[in-house]
Amino acid sequence: MQVRAVIVLMSILAVFAVSGLCAAGSNLVIKGSTTVLPIGQKSAELFMKDHQDVNISVSGGGSGNGIKAIIDGTCDIAMASRFVKDKEVKLACEKGIYLVPHRVAIDCIVPVVHPSNPLNDIDLNTLKEIYRGNVTNWKALGGADKPIVAISRDTSSGTYEVWQEKVLQKERVMPRALLQASNGAVAQAVAGNPYAIGYVGIGYLNPYLKGLKVSGVVASPATALNGTYPISRALFMFTNGWPEGETMSYLNYLWSPNGQKMAEAEGFVPLY
Amino acid sequence: MYQGERAIRHPGFTGSFGCDSFHGAEHTMKKTMIQVPSFESANLVDRAANADAPALGDAWTGRGGYRRRTRESAIRLIFLLTALFSITALGLILFFLFREGVPVFKIVSLQDFLLGREWYPTDDPPALGIFPLIIGSIAVITVSCIGAVPLAVLTAIFIAEIAGPRMKEILKPVVELLASLPSVVIGFIGMVVVAPFLQRTFDIPTGLNLLNASLMLGIMTVPTICSISEDAMYAVPRELREASLALGATQWETIFRVVLPASLSGIATAVILGISRAIGETMVVLMVAGGAAIVPTSLLDPVRPMPASIAAEMGEAPFQSEHYHALFAIAIVLFLITFAFNLIADQISHKYKQVGSATL
Repeated sequence: MQVRAVIVLMSILAVFAVSGLCAAGSNLVIKGSTTVLPIGQKSAELFMKDHQDVNISVSGGGSGNGIKAIIDGTCDIAMASRFVKDKEVKLACEKGIYLVPHRVAIDCIVPVVHPSNPLNDIDLNTLKEIYRGNVTNWKALGGADKPIVAISRDTSSGTYEVWQEKVLQKERVMPRALLQASNGAVAQAVAGNPYAIGYVGIGYLNPYLKGLKVSGVVASPATALNGTYPISRALFMFTNGWPEGETMSYLNYLWSPNGQKMAEAEGFVPLY
Repeated sequence: MYQGERAIRHPGFTGSFGCDSFHGAEHTMKKTMIQVPSFESANLVDRAANADAPALGDAWTGRGGYRRRTRESAIRLIFLLTALFSITALGLILFFLFREGVPVFKIVSLQDFLLGREWYPTDDPPALGIFPLIIGSIAVITVSCIGAVPLAVLTAIFIAEIAGPRMKEILKPVVELLASLPSVVIGFIGMVVVAPFLQRTFDIPTGLNLLNASLMLGIMTVPTICSISEDAMYAVPRELREASLALGATQWETIFRVVLPASLSGIATAVILGISRAIGETMVVLMVAGGAAIVPTSLLDPVRPMPASIAAEMGEAPFQSEHYHALFAIAIVLFLITFAFNLIADQISHKYKQVGSATL
């Protein structure tokens, strides 16, 4: 009985030792925005295939969390779908962290409705009135006599911030809007409700949603890059100081043609 | 046979006693068996002969007694430390909660915070009023309890009193399986299956509403309330039931007028525990309650309970900003509500406690 206990203990220790050895080799920790997460995950996979000795761990949690993590020193790269705020810059300076922003892709935010909705095109002003609560019925837009259910992101999301700046013109969204916690949740909510309207990043469009044109402009890489599509934003990765070593090679991979092609495959707009 | 067996089993047996006289075997027996303190061997000679196998009455004295005493004290200390660990953990959590949450009251007064109607924490200046969030939480809990409590208590009565042994064997594990479902699974089903169903059936704008959240929360609280109520009913002693039946009451009258009042304190504890659990339940309300920070006017309105707000916004709130402190302040309110419920549960269980053999 005692011998068996010793054997069990030894095998547990061996498992820990092996996993500890595997963790040796350099580690890259990337945390932050759920919008940039698909880029981070896919690029990490491809990068690790080419560089066997580098271990990259990617996790979501929000732009705010990512920037906080890099200021705390618990991650190497922070993904963010917005720029740093003044308070974060102040905190970083206090801790001696020098945040360097790097654009990695461009994101379009597309208004979406259920596929059964006859609407195809909408303009910024109508979107604003819907989300302010002034337009409440689809028949005002030529649809059925049904109430409009406006689905949004909660107010601390980077996606919402861009929406608020570009569509709502800095005004508040109405309290009756259903605030969901992620792009995926918004997509799920709109796909399940024929009277809903919402907005998601272009990478989250799927066959269960119908993306609307904004003032006749379709959301696409071309229109985002030449500026005709109004609701677009840059996606950032922040590093502490100018990147070196593995961080530099990872970011170089992201900026290389292969990396940008990968970002496009994930549904974002490449930088070039 | 008997003497020989006894002698051989003793590890220190050298063989000299084995097949000897009865007295020798008896002496061996005395050495191997537990010494029951007897008045015959209370004299000093016998005690000295058995010095390394002390009688129970000698547990705390002598050289062997000192070892046992320190061992006992050491074990008591270990148990005390493990109990103190829980208290320390709770104390630390409370300390950090209050330390991070109280700074918000520098920018908003307590009254504005608790009674304000607008929750726009990212504005400049932020509007921090959590009244709709509090009402959302209370509404979800109330509606879910209206459904879950009768269902759970009646199920408990069935399992404890009426079901036959085979039915009991099936029902009890199934109810406990329901309790072990992860909350995110229940939330996902609510979002993907129940929401479109509610929308089609009631022809309402959205299926992510108060009713949906209450249904899913009810599913989660029924097993909790049911298990504890059932234990409370088991604890009611047979004498009470048998006395009632002997006086001519039917089984239903016995259950309703004897067993239920006797186990009332346990059932009340169970209900309050279920409510405490439901009020802090995050994943379900995050996914299905709708997320609109309004005071609900109908059962089919979307709501935004407090845990959903915290979970949705914590990821993006900049560290130690007003938003961050405001979210911690919501957590303080949540903690105080749960604490109040625990106090009420304690009060009720003491007040209705049955003295004697029916105590749970």
